[in-house]
Amino acid sequence: MTAALDGNALAGPLAELFAIDLATAMLTCAHCGGSGPLAAHPLYPTGPAMVLRCRDCAEVVLRYANDAGGIRLDMSGTRLLTVTQRAR
Amino acid sequence: MEGTAVRGRLTWQVATVVAATWETPQTKRIRFALPDWPGHSAGQHVDVRLTAEDGYTAQRSYSIASPPEVPEVELVVERLADGEVSPFLTGELRADDLIELRGPIGGWFVWPEHTDAPVQLIAGGSGVVPFLAMLAHQRLTAASTPVRLLYSVRSDTEIIGRPELAPRPDLDVTYTFTRAAPDGWTGPTGRIGEALLAAHAVPVAHRPHVLVCGPTAFVEAVSRGLLDLGHDPARIKTERYGGMGETP
Repeated sequence: MTAALDGNALAGPLAELFAIDLATAMLTCAHCGGSGPLAAHPLYPTGPAMVLRCRDCAEVVLRYANDAGGIRLDMSGTRLLTVTQRAR
Repeated sequence: MEGTAVRGRLTWQVATVVAATWETPQTKRIRFALPDWPGHSAGQHVDVRLTAEDGYTAQRSYSIASPPEVPEVELVVERLADGEVSPFLTGELRADDLIELRGPIGGWFVWPEHTDAPVQLIAGGSGVVPFLAMLAHQRLTAASTPVRLLYSVRSDTEIIGRPELAPRPDLDVTYTFTRAAPDGWTGPTGRIGEALLAAHAVPVAHRPHVLVCGPTAFVEAVSRGLLDLGHDPARIKTERYGGMGETP
């Protein structure tokens, strides 16, 4: 499975919803407990939603879409979101 | 930007094109004036949004090529034949045109400030763009951080960033040509793998910060090489481009 992009490219779209830069935020995977900065997760951007997967177990940790159906954020694959620093 | 008030949510702003010039036969350097630009860190990116007359929008991320020290923001955009956004940016955009832009974005893939460790930058093709911002920043701040760039490019006509990469005492650039080397070239050729990294990158023993940017396959091959050489995964940061409907 080849990742198209890094989670870094999801930081802009997520700014449609969040007031802070989430590129450096730590995500803890709900499936395996693995964790890492959002920017370092593999991102699959071309589907109906942008899909972020776990680096360790490859399960979906986050899905994001902004289209005619509105803004939708699925974080059922994220057990914990930790903001460790504010880049802005 | 620490110590400043928390900014509001990032929104689209209108940028005015100041200049658009060919950087290589396939890439254009575009300079924007942004009245409300809050400043950026070297390595950050912006999203650019195009809207068609029927309301269809397409947006792409582009690394900022200019350092934080200059007021205008530069992007270097590679024209992708099957792209939705890059043919417009490289082919149609003229001085005084207006375009929607959102940024700066991403505090992850940025120049490591206040470090004594050396920095190794590794670029494939237009993946060199965020490093142009970092190297200009390093020069303008007279940072003492030792830095090396290993730059994989198809041929010398495709080198992006000649002004930023011009020889100077505190910068060490190694090119490798993957398709056609210039006449008389005695340096490396071919793709970056473990052997090229062992010969030309900062050694593992010096515990460098390593930043890798390029097409997905390039980043994955370089990352594998770095890990095989024993580099600390916690000190490697990567940024891939491609996808989003465009292929590198």
